[in-house]
Amino acid sequence: MTETIVSVRNVSRRYAGGVTAVDDVSVDILQNEFFALLGPSGCGKTTLLRMISGLDTPSEGAILIGGEDMAYTPPNKRPTNMVFQSYAVFPHMTVADNVAYGLRVTGVPESEVKTRVSEGLEMVKLGHLADRKPDQMSGGQRQRVALARALVKRPKVLLLDEPLSALDAKLRDDMRLELTRLQKTVGITFIIVTHDQDEALSMASRIAVMNKGAIQQIATPAELYEQPSNRFVADFIGKVNMFDAKLIAQKGKTVLCDAKGIGKMEVETSKACPQNLTIAVRPEKLKLAKTEPKGAGLIKASAKVRDVAYYGDWSEVVAELANGDHVSVNVQNDSREGGAGVTHGEKIWVSWQPADSLLLTE
Amino acid sequence: MDDWKSNRSVFWTLATPGTFWLLVFFVIPLGFLLILSFSDKAVIDGQVSINEYSYFTGISNYLRAFNADIISIFLRTLWWSGLATLACLVIGYPIAFGICFAPEKWRPLLLLAIILPFWINLLIRTYALKTTLGAKGVINSALGLVGLGPFELLSNTPAVIFGLFYVFLPFMVLPLYSTIERLDRSFLEASLDLGATQAQTFWKITFPLTMPGVVTGIILVFIPCLGMFLISDELGGARSWMIGNVIQTQFGSSNDWPFGAALSFILMFLTFVVLFAQWGYQRRGKAGET
Amino acid sequence: MAALLKPGQGPLEFSRRIWLRTLFVITLLVLYLPIFVLIAFSFNKQNRSGVWKEFTFENYPKAWNNDAIFDAMMNSLTIAFITTIIATIIGTMVAVMLWRFKFPFKPGYEAVMGLPIVIPEICMGVALLMFFNYTGMTEALANAIWPFNLTTIIIAHIAFCFPFVAVVVRSRLVGFNRQLEEASKDLGASEMQTFWKILVPFMKPGLISGALLAFTLSLDDFVITFFTAGPETVTFPVKIYSMVKTGVKYEVNAASTLLIIITIAATVLAMKLQSTDKAGH
Repeated sequence: MTETIVSVRNVSRRYAGGVTAVDDVSVDILQNEFFALLGPSGCGKTTLLRMISGLDTPSEGAILIGGEDMAYTPPNKRPTNMVFQSYAVFPHMTVADNVAYGLRVTGVPESEVKTRVSEGLEMVKLGHLADRKPDQMSGGQRQRVALARALVKRPKVLLLDEPLSALDAKLRDDMRLELTRLQKTVGITFIIVTHDQDEALSMASRIAVMNKGAIQQIATPAELYEQPSNRFVADFIGKVNMFDAKLIAQKGKTVLCDAKGIGKMEVETSKACPQNLTIAVRPEKLKLAKTEPKGAGLIKASAKVRDVAYYGDWSEVVAELANGDHVSVNVQNDSREGGAGVTHGEKIWVSWQPADSLLLTE
Repeated sequence: MDDWKSNRSVFWTLATPGTFWLLVFFVIPLGFLLILSFSDKAVIDGQVSINEYSYFTGISNYLRAFNADIISIFLRTLWWSGLATLACLVIGYPIAFGICFAPEKWRPLLLLAIILPFWINLLIRTYALKTTLGAKGVINSALGLVGLGPFELLSNTPAVIFGLFYVFLPFMVLPLYSTIERLDRSFLEASLDLGATQAQTFWKITFPLTMPGVVTGIILVFIPCLGMFLISDELGGARSWMIGNVIQTQFGSSNDWPFGAALSFILMFLTFVVLFAQWGYQRRGKAGET
Repeated sequence: MAALLKPGQGPLEFSRRIWLRTLFVITLLVLYLPIFVLIAFSFNKQNRSGVWKEFTFENYPKAWNNDAIFDAMMNSLTIAFITTIIATIIGTMVAVMLWRFKFPFKPGYEAVMGLPIVIPEICMGVALLMFFNYTGMTEALANAIWPFNLTTIIIAHIAFCFPFVAVVVRSRLVGFNRQLEEASKDLGASEMQTFWKILVPFMKPGLISGALLAFTLSLDDFVITFFTAGPETVTFPVKIYSMVKTGVKYEVNAASTLLIIITIAATVLAMKLQSTDKAGH
């Protein structure tokens, strides 16, 4: 059983003027995990991160770090360190002085500062730039300085606020790998805030999806994608086709419902269902056929091709159902014949396996 | 940017009025003053003339400035201006800092409150200060009610320094405000996050990063203080002369224009030393960046 | 153990610090107390003791009917008005010239243009005093009819005001996209039309703040006026200077109060103009 390192308990943050940034949030973050706070901008994820760091304080609630309530402890007394979105590398100091800053201000002996700074710079591969000033460096290099500066403090938790948002696409991919590598090497808890689902899915071991100040779901990346707990999560993580549905009957774990535009179908669930449901299905789980597909229990509907977007290795086909609703189907371009093999206006069938249906009630 | 030759008519139309005015009503008068500073009053028939001069007689006026009285007045002027500037910085910095960290909708109003007196006539403010601090002024009357005083709040050194502080505080707050406002908050947050105390953060991060505003503020306060004669005249009195008072007197009751001209040029020279120091600081800052 | 933070209050909320608030309030008090005292005493009945006697409005009509104060006030406002117009025009032309053209010895030119801003006022004042004396202007204009007797003062005021205007307008011009100018000419506008229809509207906020600055500098100026005014011409600050020397009269307070109201009104008006201008952009 892994230990909890950060425990956020019933934390709310309200601002003067009635805005609630974080609304009664509770979450436990475990030792050595790579945890992501994911959500659209303004969802409260950065506020939550800042409250863990001490740069903001909750209006109410408790934040336990290493078992001790630190909700109102100033940031300089917390075993957490932050990598800022803007990096906040001090412009009037050299790289080495930047990295040494957190050690010097807390009275670490100068001899130890030296070794820890050079270790820190080696870790982010910046040993050769120790005497540079920040304005002579690229964004990516500055970010490494910010990382080294935080890591030499040997915090219990490293907080990263949108660390990749200011980098260009190529650098972002490199840094993503580098961050996961670093997290494994140093073996401390990383909490990352991001609005980019790809970032969260590819790096984090667990993700908390936030919206409007509340946590929607906390799960592993695969669980989030395959078992979203509500419409928001299903829609926010990846692409999804959603159909409104009416409950007809529920017998134990089996629900019979009528999905708009598709028809009656059976779905498995463990919960008691309300009258209005949503059936969701991921575009890559949909199959596309020119003739009516055969198969036991297969869910299918006829449609007309509206749009085809070509992305190289795959294509997205948007089809219109008989009732006018649109569905997206992802097609692998696994032959060199060119694209999805359908043209605008063509009559087709879409279908999927019943097990791929997601039943959403919230 | 265009070369001036690319459109001569536009260039000359724009350049002529300003250049003319600057040349005729600024450069030439200063030239006159410079010549006068190297001249002496003419001696006609053994009598020193009141308004006739013999020109280019040498540097005697400058040598006269190196007398103990004048040097001590110069030093006093520098010292008092320095103290007033320091007072403006010590009070103005927290004020500007506080305004920058106030809620956004309050900031313009708070800044206006500090700046507004700057728009009010200097004479009126000096006069107001004089009547407030006077023997029968509001301060002494209020103190009198609780059985204290009256205190001598005017005609002394602190009164002059306070007057300079009072008049020039907005000059310090404005550049500080605009520098601190542009300062990225995340620098301060990063410092706190890395374990520095609020005091360490201020002295190691905030203050060094807002140094350009501090330097501008110092220049904007210190230079006008140097040439000030009104405050020392009104709030100080005869024993509180600054160099401005000496210059003024040479062009007034003493009627020794050449000496006054020489003193003016020494004062200007001091001003340029200050500006040169600032320029050097800026250059060093820029050199450090690249 | 350091002091704990308060709920809902981060470590950088300095504006909630009591000591900072106290300092701010005390500073405001120090800044405004003398001014309020001055205004309050403009409603005090004239007396020898200099303490509060009784509330009265009589100082205002007295100030209005005091020819010396009235004339000084009119002179100040006239000088400020004419100075503002001319200094704004000249300063703007210089700003556009410096912004648009490069020419030989430009850094030197700019340095000289900046001198009136940086050198002590008293130096400029005595230099102009000499100049006007030597050229005979002081004498020639001393007995001219109003407002020509103010000419030397106005000339001096323009000389130290227009470089300020130039600085303000030029800093505004830095943000101008020159492609707008090119587009205007490309669409067939002449140099003049482009200037009036494209550049001037863009400069407007700079023009307003430059003009306001010139107006206040002129109205506020004591030192240069003191040296350049003829014996018969007096501006309001010079009048206060001489009246304060001879003893306090509450008519001065009344006139000062009026001038404070005028300056504050002008400031507020200019800020309104600027903020509506910003809203328009």
